Amino acid sequence: MGELTSARQVTLEGSESGFATTKLEDLLGWARKYSLFNYPFVTACCGMEFMAVSSPRYDFARFGAEAPRFSPRQSDLLWVVGTISQRQAPVLRRVYEQMMDPKWVMAFGTCASSGGFYDNYTTVAGIDKIIPCDIYVPGCPPRPEAVFDGLMLIQDKITSGNRTPAIVKPRNDPATALVKLRASAEGAVLEGKRGRRDEEPGR
Amino acid sequence: MSKLVLDKLKEKFGSDVLETHDQFGDDTAVVAPRAWKAACEFLRSDPALDFNLFVDLCGVDYPERSPRFEVVLHVYSVSKRHRIRLKARVGDAEGDEAELDSVASVWIGANWFERETFDMMGVVFKGHPDLRRILMYPEFEGHPLRRDYPAQKTQPLVAYRTEEEAGLAVDKVAPFGLDEGMSFGRRILQAKDN
Repeated sequence: MGELTSARQVTLEGSESGFATTKLEDLLGWARKYSLFNYPFVTACCGMEFMAVSSPRYDFARFGAEAPRFSPRQSDLLWVVGTISQRQAPVLRRVYEQMMDPKWVMAFGTCASSGGFYDNYTTVAGIDKIIPCDIYVPGCPPRPEAVFDGLMLIQDKITSGNRTPAIVKPRNDPATALVKLRASAEGAVLEGKRGRRDEEPGR
Repeated sequence: MSKLVLDKLKEKFGSDVLETHDQFGDDTAVVAPRAWKAACEFLRSDPALDFNLFVDLCGVDYPERSPRFEVVLHVYSVSKRHRIRLKARVGDAEGDEAELDSVASVWIGANWFERETFDMMGVVFKGHPDLRRILMYPEFEGHPLRRDYPAQKTQPLVAYRTEEEAGLAVDKVAPFGLDEGMSFGRRILQAKDN
């Protein structure tokens, strides 16, 4: 059982019998959030990472999303895992259309999000060209942590009812690592100069 | 060992063997398109050659050459342990009349490879049992591995969502610079726009 956010608190009144008051949509959102039925549309190498996420080591069952449903009619989260070719596009579109509302879509990996490095005649440059997409998980393939960030983002969006597409941010900003790297490189250069000056005291 | 195959081919087909070389034991023979199937049947059936393993068949586009396409066939003999590369040159500058006899009846493995070569290059194999596209969809127009096909030009089967529908910029910029990725394809597209 996850905790509910303070703004949408379930208040317990009475004592031993115990009942809760909440809004219906909040209750539904809370229920949906922890019982996502997945439709894995796995087409490419990201599938290996999907297997890692779904298997015991990382285990997305902890988020209540362990049940894969290989019928789109029974599922409410569509995982598009991997490259979508132009030839597959109608299939994906049809799978999405067959899912029942409410439904969410996750673009797993760079290829599903933007086409990745496939810049050619055969690849759909991002599934959002053909179906609405809620979460983009970047990475080639994404680490399981990134996928969990995406899954939790979806859960947040389910409770808040916000359908704006969102992107999973890196946990560590690579730019900061770059700044550190540059600083250390500059430091090395400065030290090198100082060393040379020490060797030639006469100049 | 390696000379044997080429010598036998030359002996049998004479002037229909346009050129040969066997650099580093890499036997290659270019045959006239009209002798293509006969040469293949000879390679397969001659007891001294006995090429019983089909390895590969593909097409190459040389836009500056005439004939424009080269169909390249690799076969191997499991019993005699030798291999040969057979080439035929077909097609005019527009890519029309690129026709060659099918060898799917000689090596059954050639079937899908000829379909692929037809799909990607537009070389028509006469007498092929089922010459359809194999990788691209039937609605696709043109042949994507020809050098004059813009590599980036997509032919979507599903209409793309418009930006109003999606509520966000759908036409994203590729995650790399203009000089990266398929820059040659982009150049052709830009030239066509101008």
